[in-house]
Amino acid sequence: MKDGNGGRPLVQLTAKDFKSDQEVRWCPGCGDYAILAAVQGFMPELGIARERIVFISGIGCAARFPYYMQTYGMHSIHGRAPAIATGLSSSRPDLSVWVVTGDGDALSIGGNHLIHVLRRNVNLKILLFNNQIYGLTKGQYSPTSPLGTHNKTTPFGSLDYPFNPVSLALGAEATFVARSVDTDRAHLTEILRRVAEHKGSAFVEIYQNCNVYNDGAFDAVREQENRILLQHGEPIRFGGEDGTVERGVVVRPGGGVEIVDVASVGEDALLRHDESAEDPSLAFALSRLSHTPVGPTPLGIFRAVERPVYDTLMAEQIEVTKRELGEGDLKKLLHAGDTWAIS
Amino acid sequence: MLYLRDRDMAAPPKPVEKVDGVVIRFAGDSGDGMQLAGARFTSETAMMGNDLSTLPDFPAEIRAPAGSLPGVSGFQIHFSDHDILTPGDEPNVLVAMNPAALRTNLRDLPRSGTLIVNRDAFTDRNLEKARYTANPLEDGSLDDYHVHEVPLTSLTLEALKDVEVTKREAERSKNMFALGLMSWLYHRPTEGTISYLEKKFQSRPPIAEANVLAFKAGWAYGETSEDFRVTYEIAPAKLPPGTYRNIRGNQALSLGLLAASVKSGLPLFLGAYPITPASEILEDLSRRKDFGVRTFQAEDEIAAVGAALGASFGGALGVCTSSGPGVVLKMETIGLAVTLELPLLIIDVQRAGPSTGMPTKPEQADLLLAMWGRNAESPVPVIAASTPGGCFDAAIEAARIALKYRTPVFLLSDAYLANGSEPWLIPDVDFLPDISTRFADAESHEGDFLPYRRDAETLARPWAIPGTPGLEHRIGGLEKADGTGNVSYDPDNHDHMVRLRAQKVAGIAADIPELAVDEQGDEELLVLSWGGTYGPVQAGVRRVRNDGGKVAHAHLGYLNPFPRNTGDVLRRFEKILVPEMNLGQLSKLVRAEFLVDAVGYNRVRGLPFRSSELAEAMKGML
Ligand code: SF4
Repeated sequence: MKDGNGGRPLVQLTAKDFKSDQEVRWCPGCGDYAILAAVQGFMPELGIARERIVFISGIGCAARFPYYMQTYGMHSIHGRAPAIATGLSSSRPDLSVWVVTGDGDALSIGGNHLIHVLRRNVNLKILLFNNQIYGLTKGQYSPTSPLGTHNKTTPFGSLDYPFNPVSLALGAEATFVARSVDTDRAHLTEILRRVAEHKGSAFVEIYQNCNVYNDGAFDAVREQENRILLQHGEPIRFGGEDGTVERGVVVRPGGGVEIVDVASVGEDALLRHDESAEDPSLAFALSRLSHTPVGPTPLGIFRAVERPVYDTLMAEQIEVTKRELGEGDLKKLLHAGDTWAIS
Repeated sequence: MLYLRDRDMAAPPKPVEKVDGVVIRFAGDSGDGMQLAGARFTSETAMMGNDLSTLPDFPAEIRAPAGSLPGVSGFQIHFSDHDILTPGDEPNVLVAMNPAALRTNLRDLPRSGTLIVNRDAFTDRNLEKARYTANPLEDGSLDDYHVHEVPLTSLTLEALKDVEVTKREAERSKNMFALGLMSWLYHRPTEGTISYLEKKFQSRPPIAEANVLAFKAGWAYGETSEDFRVTYEIAPAKLPPGTYRNIRGNQALSLGLLAASVKSGLPLFLGAYPITPASEILEDLSRRKDFGVRTFQAEDEIAAVGAALGASFGGALGVCTSSGPGVVLKMETIGLAVTLELPLLIIDVQRAGPSTGMPTKPEQADLLLAMWGRNAESPVPVIAASTPGGCFDAAIEAARIALKYRTPVFLLSDAYLANGSEPWLIPDVDFLPDISTRFADAESHEGDFLPYRRDAETLARPWAIPGTPGLEHRIGGLEKADGTGNVSYDPDNHDHMVRLRAQKVAGIAADIPELAVDEQGDEELLVLSWGGTYGPVQAGVRRVRNDGGKVAHAHLGYLNPFPRNTGDVLRRFEKILVPEMNLGQLSKLVRAEFLVDAVGYNRVRGLPFRSSELAEAMKGML
């Protein structure tokens, strides 16, 4: 956590220091509260002064987030937060810039910005609150709602096949891709820690319960037996407590991965998770284990690799050019090329 | 090869005729290098000290089928011994490199005009592509013109027969042959072009040699050919003293943005998506890393303006450059900038529309888009550049307003200004306006920091950039409470804020020059123009005056707010004529705002106005 504080000494703050004076206005019981608490609880760990932290959001319930953080913030327009944050982050590499978005914001209206920010590897921390619904507009299906969802605009069931946000981010070659759950504070905090450390775009899908319009959408992953916790270097296995069968993940002959009973294949056959693999194929295969989280679902860090950061490259080009050509001289530039004098 | 003799062995000099000005149009296939020939002729002319104005006219297609009518590319230059305002209504001399170029351009050449054609290109196949049923060089249809048939291609090939280039490469040098001939005909200096060619083709010496030889051969052909009996001399123009360079509008705009960055002390951040005719600004500025410029070629027009606004939030001079079809996509973000009250420049290099329209052709039909193309009450200052060189000052002025009033500002240019060129008196950097601004900090306010507490005079809010300790605050697209900037749905607050934002923009009128009127004092007719039509309109006014007509002229560079005396000026005249390259957008604005009976003269042909048609329109109202 060296970057983001411009080489300044670490600052001692508490969660309270990150609470703004604004009354939080989400519906009582909304998963957003838990995420806000986790973020506010984690922020002091960063050791970065509040004025160097910026939260930028788009539109949606999640997008209210910046108002509640005692940092700099911008509640912008639908889907555009990654674009706005790109301008800020690349022109101010001294800041720690976070984007808070939702499934409609990031994957529908703002889908183009999201994939491009990930491919460029702009130094942004992107938290996508996925509740599989449009909450703010009162309950229409979203690009992550399961096929056949019945709600206000799909009384006969939705026809669109949903996005899996982790698959999408991996497809866009994001350098850091993770998934967590709103109420699992310990897990979420651990992921946030890694997000903050990552240089470049860090993308986290957070399953977030909308108790008003889509209650219980992620209940399955709150069950221990469905939580495939990815741990770097460890065999991928889950369940086995409380008399459930222990299961694990193996590479399928011919490609992809599948879930098997550990007892039937033996421990040695299990896939060891490698978040740092250059090739995103296995990470992608893992993301396909649960297209929507109704059964066993991987949580944790799918991918964490290094690639040059857009902001840094941009700053370097300027530095190198200035070193080679010298600081720009306006007078000289205006007089460049063919000139003639009239007296 | 008679025409390749050394200069000192040249035939006795031919008679010289003095003329005060001339308009030449080079026209050929897109692959014929007419833009290069035109640009070189322009540089030579600039070095001669003539006043000049140019107009390139090229197709949007990079390579339309060779020899076809849509593939014709043209370049017109008007140069003279006095100050001029336009690239000329019609050419005196047309250089046509093939039948298609002749067919598409001949209608602009007045009878008795001079026509120089590449005879070699008038083959059956080319004639057919240009839809000629008979060869116009043979059927007598050109009898009214002074025609010079020059076998340009074969003369070029002959001149280059000892150079190690392919036949195709040799043929491609024929534009330089034509340029050499024209340079001889008008006494242009040759050194600049020769060293330019040597430098341009530095890495391919045979190509450089071929081009230079073709250029010299063209010159020598003029000297020796019986076909050309006189040459023409145009004395240097008396322009204000100083150092000049030739400049196109897009270049001037790029330099103006750099100057705004230097004079504000803020780093320039340009977000843009490639679009004709604005891309060149992105290209120019992407080279200026030595000035600390950050250029961001975004994934789309929306991201381009979004990133610029994000950079503004962080304390940069945020700019986006585009054209109409891109600007419409940016309006949502511009609306956000209105309510965030952050500086942002939106540069619209207008082109003909609607939709994709005619990408390379000028129009000024985005005025009302800039004024009102957003949801709800979201006022944005709008200014417009008037000449290619004027794009420089317009960019600095747009930045000054944006920074001082913390507002997005529209700067309108157009495809004519963007690509047209003129001699430009290079300004003294030390005398450019200081447009520096102050960020908020712990000392700049009393009591609690209120992000929407306004400056009493400008109504601008503080610009507190991330990284400033103690001023952490949140801004957003939701309506804000006056002062605190907290989200507010209070009815009276909203009414108040809507009016405040409008007042802030309207108040800029006190901070811009009054509308100047070019008049004698006894005119009844005022011509009111704006933006890129300044040259043709002023030239039209001069024509009318030369013919004894009385007409006054006022030109608007500020469209929102209007200069504070605009109403007074308009009401002084009995008749008002508003020429615009749209169907009456400024007319609507001045009628609505000042209740005057403005009459429009409107043409949307994708071409700049001709001063003659404007003069006719003015006379029609006298
Ligand atoms: S609508 Fe749903 S997502 Fe939005 S605040 Fe209420 S519970 Fe949360």
